Amino acid sequence: MKKSKSLFFVTLLVYIFLIGPLLVIMAASFSDTTYLTFPGKGFTLRWYEQILKVKTFGSAARYSIIIAFAATFLALVLGLPAAYALNRYRFKGKEFIKGLFLSPVLIPVIVLGFVMLRYVTNRFKLPALPSLLIGHTILSIPYVMRVITSSLANFDFSMEEAAKILGASNGYTFFHILLPNIKSGIVSACIMAIINSFNNVSLSAFLTSAGVTVLPIEMMAYVEYHFDPTIAALASLLMVITLGVMLIIEKTLGLKSVV
Amino acid sequence: MLEKKTKIYWLFILPGCIFLAVFMLIPLFTLIMQTFFNEAGSFSLTGYLSLLESTYFKQVFERSIRLSLISTLACAVLGFPTAYYISKYSKNKGMLMALAVFPMFTSPVIRSFSWMVILGKKGFVNKLLVDIGLVDKPLSLLYNEFSMVVGFIQLFLPLMILSLIGIMDNISEDLNLAAGNLGASKAKTFRYVVLPLSIPGLVTGSVLVFTGCLTAYTTPQLLGGTDTRVLATMIYQQAMSLGDWTQASVVAVIMIVVTMLVSSGINAVSRKLNPTL
Repeated sequence: MKKSKSLFFVTLLVYIFLIGPLLVIMAASFSDTTYLTFPGKGFTLRWYEQILKVKTFGSAARYSIIIAFAATFLALVLGLPAAYALNRYRFKGKEFIKGLFLSPVLIPVIVLGFVMLRYVTNRFKLPALPSLLIGHTILSIPYVMRVITSSLANFDFSMEEAAKILGASNGYTFFHILLPNIKSGIVSACIMAIINSFNNVSLSAFLTSAGVTVLPIEMMAYVEYHFDPTIAALASLLMVITLGVMLIIEKTLGLKSVV
Repeated sequence: MLEKKTKIYWLFILPGCIFLAVFMLIPLFTLIMQTFFNEAGSFSLTGYLSLLESTYFKQVFERSIRLSLISTLACAVLGFPTAYYISKYSKNKGMLMALAVFPMFTSPVIRSFSWMVILGKKGFVNKLLVDIGLVDKPLSLLYNEFSMVVGFIQLFLPLMILSLIGIMDNISEDLNLAAGNLGASKAKTFRYVVLPLSIPGLVTGSVLVFTGCLTAYTTPQLLGGTDTRVLATMIYQQAMSLGDWTQASVVAVIMIVVTMLVSSGINAVSRKLNPTL
């Protein structure tokens, strides 16, 4: 019992260390001071209004959302059929193919960003948006691959056979037999990929242009010149959204299926 | 018919393979190859040799490894008791797991900002220290190695905790009871039962934390200073500020090699320590 008390104490300190700073930034977002500080003075909501007045945040947030969703969709289009084939068929080089689809997690993202800029964006003269889209798709593929492969491992492929014997077409079997069975795997893979893409800095830092930028990069650029509570307000808003997403995951799939 | 059926899987696999080959594998391969050739197009190791001779690079490399090691060690020391408590004693396991996941879902940019508020010259910690009279004037707690390590630990500790919980949940309570029945003290049970069985989680966690610290860009960029660059910030600086693509490429290749060596190295050592893995 005594041991569990000292363990509890360490755990408490660790959680204060993990969560405390996030609460500090939330508290600082209400401070009625022109610079970011904690403990703040007074109470105001004007920094939340201020978010909307910073034009670059709006457009960056739009690009962030477009890129996160589009890249995840692309990763799904490329990854789902591959995950299916890897589980369904036996063939030579299977391990190599699997390794290839999972390999983007092994390469440091900062290196991937630099390589993308030098040998994709510059070589093919790509504008910022398609570059970001391609880069984020590469990052999302392993997430899609890992989660969907494990949900396919639990799928009984004889159900597919049964549907086909009963006269279902390939397309019908895919959309009405296979997809509903691995739906929760697909959803958790997509959520993870979207969050990861939305928070990414290392890759985007190389690929954004003056007009096309994403939210984390814009936030970093903003604090270089203004260290005011606007940034804390925006951070708090994003954290509340994250919390909302987590609650939805917990209620529908259970957090365990995602992490 | 049979021919068509046996080959159809290539149709499912090829689009992804082509995409990854064109946009990742070939570019990566080109990058690595180009570091071994000079401007005249003949084989040369000048890129590596000149980098290895530069004291600036040596400092950056040494700092990257050292800060990653310190952070990994701190995560292990803090994460182990925490994970043990959550796995064996906690009544709110789900809640505590969710609280560990939440920072992981929060942008590293936001997490670094919060430390800027806490550790800055006018920050919370300095205010407190001055108010209680421990120091006369605010300490420099930000933009140095200290703030970087603090940022790294907060960034990657959840990974360590979750890796350890995954393993500790599988340690049967019966083993602890058996050890107790056989006369082992709680400390002995911990040393000879819990600790060895938790090593796989510790290894996974350490690899994740170490490679994470070594390659992280946002945290050192925001919490480090210009004289505390690490490999990741050096690649960015060489490529984007100085336009030295050759040197950035060499540093990038070195980073890939170190990351791969560390993860395969630690895994090999742990397999030796615990052959059942």
